[in-house]
Amino acid sequence: MTELRQRVAREPEAPPEDKESESEAKADGETASDSESRVEAATLPPSADDTPEVLNRALSNLSSRWKNWWVRGILTLAMIAFFFIIIYLGPMVLMMIVMCVQIKCFHEIITIGYNVYHSYDLPWFRTLSWYFLLCVNYFFYGETVTDYFFTLVQREEPLRILSKYHRFISFTLYLTGFCMFVLSLVKKHYRLQFYMFGWTHVTLLIVVTQSHLVIHNLFEGMIWFIVPISCVICNDIMAYMFGFFFGRTPLIKLSPKKTWEGFIGGFFATVVFGLLLSYVMSGYRCFVCPVEYNNDTNSFTVDCEPSGLFRLQEYNIPGMIQSIIGWKTVRMYPFQIHSIALSTFASLIGPFGGFFASGFKRAFKIKDFANTIPGHGGIMDRFDCQYLMATFVNVYIASFIRGPNPSKLVQQFLTLRPDQQLHIFNTLKSHLTDKGMLTAATEDK
Amino acid sequence: MWELRHRGGGGPGPGGEAAAPPREGEAAGGDHETESTSDKETDIDDRYGDLDSRTDSDIPEIPPSLDRTPEILKKALSGLSSRWKNWWIRGILTLTMISLFFLIIYMGSFMLMLLVLSIQVKCFHEIITIGYRVYHSYDLPWFRTLSWYFLLCVNYFFYGETVADYFATFVQREEQLQFLIRYHRFISFALYLAGFCMFVLSLVKKHYRLQFYMFAWTHVTLLITVTQSHLVIQNLFEGMIWFLVPISSVICNDIAAYIFGFFFGRTPLIKLSPKKTWEGFIGGFFSTVIFGFIAAYLLSKYQYFVCPVEYRSDVNSFVTECEPSELFQLQSYSLPPFLKAVLRRESVSMYPFQIHSIALSTFASLIGPFGGFFASGFKRAFKIKDFANTIPGHGGIMDRFDCQYLMATFVHVYITSFIRGPNPSKVLQQLLVLQPEQQLNIYKTLKTHLIEKGILQPTLKPECSGSRWSFIQVCAMFKLQTGPRKVLLTFPIEDE
Repeated sequence: MTELRQRVAREPEAPPEDKESESEAKADGETASDSESRVEAATLPPSADDTPEVLNRALSNLSSRWKNWWVRGILTLAMIAFFFIIIYLGPMVLMMIVMCVQIKCFHEIITIGYNVYHSYDLPWFRTLSWYFLLCVNYFFYGETVTDYFFTLVQREEPLRILSKYHRFISFTLYLTGFCMFVLSLVKKHYRLQFYMFGWTHVTLLIVVTQSHLVIHNLFEGMIWFIVPISCVICNDIMAYMFGFFFGRTPLIKLSPKKTWEGFIGGFFATVVFGLLLSYVMSGYRCFVCPVEYNNDTNSFTVDCEPSGLFRLQEYNIPGMIQSIIGWKTVRMYPFQIHSIALSTFASLIGPFGGFFASGFKRAFKIKDFANTIPGHGGIMDRFDCQYLMATFVNVYIASFIRGPNPSKLVQQFLTLRPDQQLHIFNTLKSHLTDKGMLTAATEDK
Repeated sequence: MWELRHRGGGGPGPGGEAAAPPREGEAAGGDHETESTSDKETDIDDRYGDLDSRTDSDIPEIPPSLDRTPEILKKALSGLSSRWKNWWIRGILTLTMISLFFLIIYMGSFMLMLLVLSIQVKCFHEIITIGYRVYHSYDLPWFRTLSWYFLLCVNYFFYGETVADYFATFVQREEQLQFLIRYHRFISFALYLAGFCMFVLSLVKKHYRLQFYMFAWTHVTLLITVTQSHLVIQNLFEGMIWFLVPISSVICNDIAAYIFGFFFGRTPLIKLSPKKTWEGFIGGFFSTVIFGFIAAYLLSKYQYFVCPVEYRSDVNSFVTECEPSELFQLQSYSLPPFLKAVLRRESVSMYPFQIHSIALSTFASLIGPFGGFFASGFKRAFKIKDFANTIPGHGGIMDRFDCQYLMATFVHVYITSFIRGPNPSKVLQQLLVLQPEQQLNIYKTLKTHLIEKGILQPTLKPECSGSRWSFIQVCAMFKLQTGPRKVLLTFPIEDE
């Protein structure tokens, strides 16, 4: 992602940069006839320069290389500041932002598909893509809303029916889209239509499912949302810096500008950053508590007794570090140990998401997914490493941190048949009695 | 699907196929030609870029595979004309498949599960092979390995999620299995990630686009075949009748629509499949509803079909024994007036399941064919006659199962929405994973709920061995208790 950022920055530049990118392409084994179609492909995405006029004027006297560096730097700071603002605004706004990012990513990838296949005029297809996006979002939001807003849903009659038959309704909506697709098949365009159908579904799989996993993580506690995203961003920046100053050995043929020095330096820097960040954030309730919907105030609240993960504990330092630091024990939050796992994933496996996106861009001969952010490319360019991270955090939480949602279990229990309920109750009772949690005394209290 | 059956059958005979290219070739040649047409051999990616955006007519056909009709049949039918010969081959194979189906049903649920698994693997193989042929990508590095690896990962994930619940008692005994179950999602995700990283590392300079296509093709195929075969298995565990009636309805709709179309067919149904007719469609609908109704009536009598499949650890096998639920107990329904006049009966005793079977048959005849149209469109898009040549006269396994897929998902969604709630063993398994304090809280909530509903009678101290004699007296009274409401009214000491 880093070298493509630089390629984009140099695109409106003078011939020397162009030759460099062209020689890079030649290194890929492409020939003259290919660069012609590559140029053609390069003109497909919108190539307007979106840099605001203000910035252009302010930086007009600097040399062009530094100007691009400054543009990118300013936009980075702007995005980070924006991130902080929306964290301050609360979970509801965060959910909205995740939804907007998801829609924009979907739009970017679908537009690439249209450009690749020249299929912008296929009958019905634009409508169908957005319709499928709507269906899948309805399905996922319905499942989330039913879990977290349980009491609210039970109160309102229409919502209750919608949530009871939720799966059936979602399936019917999806089927309608499927039947419309089949009815829209036109003689000359079968293959294109199937390609776009496949493209839409793969995009939905990548973009929509993972944005919903992000929202699940958010509900677990804002720290589970903020720390992973910050680790990925930090790894990006740190790997770039280390690569800039110390980079020598190339990492992978797909992204020639990435280096082993940047990779390893970024790894250590991210782990340290993750430890510090989780230390700072674990102190605040608003980050640490699960997001809950309060029926009385009809809003989200983050107020609770922090769980064992977020309470300071004493850890004995192993012998070798003891001699270096000179302390016997250290007080840490247990969450910081989990943050090491998250940072490790962000730095070692997260970049594969970036390589995947680079390969995708090379396969379809595009520089960037879109030109939304000046100097950076599209939203997908910024979020390509995040997707694997979101799924990992969700799986991590489900496997190691918390079990299933107790209120959801009670809700499921209430819908079972009486004999099944009795069977489960008796099994639970014997289980608790075995564990000694349930004695005759507590039974009768 | 029928007209393509004809085309497949008419392959060795006269010109079903000869008609096809001129029809497609009527299309104006150049509406999508904007890419350069020179030097296509220099870059493989570019060649396939052109392939993508050209019209269907310019794409060469994939050569058909060999004719696999057994020699025996060929000799026996050599005397008949080629049209009747194909009809006979197809008929014999149909009967063979149906008897094989009955045989496997007889052998039990475990064999059925294995059958579903083998069909899934074969369908996956067929679709992937088509992808290889379309993209000439059989020699891509690593790709065959990766496709099968992803199939394995996704199957592992699904089997762990669903089947493990049913084997809960078996699993509790073994330590290693407990570990695998507890961290199941994490292990599946790690396996999938390993495949993903291998894919990224296997990207080769000149083949990027092809590799991405095959990656996407694999994933869409997995989404279609694997998820739905697991839904089929979940339906099966609910009771074999939920597996048999939908599949038979789809098969019946196929055959009945063909027969009605053969005798009465006049108005074409959809341009995609020119041989389908409205008469066949509507006639098939009514026959399927009646067939489903009768099949449901016949099957609902037997516990073997009606009971949920359970795994008994003592016998180490699957058993289907239970008290049939109300869905499968005869009930009297009073007939609406016009039917009363026709049938001259006041009421009729039916199984409630038969009413559900009407819904299932309706779906099978009205929406199921869309799965067939989808597969027809797919075959036309990629210029293939059949998915494969596994079954002589019929084509590949996918050809037979294309309508079934939508049906499996529908039945599963139907069951979870209208018939039963969540899976009890899964709820129990999740309960046992919770923290002890949470379990205690839930226990108290459940107890209150069950007592309110009258499912659980409130109990006193066990064995009623309290030292207070009044307790003993009252305990004796309560051994004869008739109902919880009486308990709550007459025994104020019970304050649970």
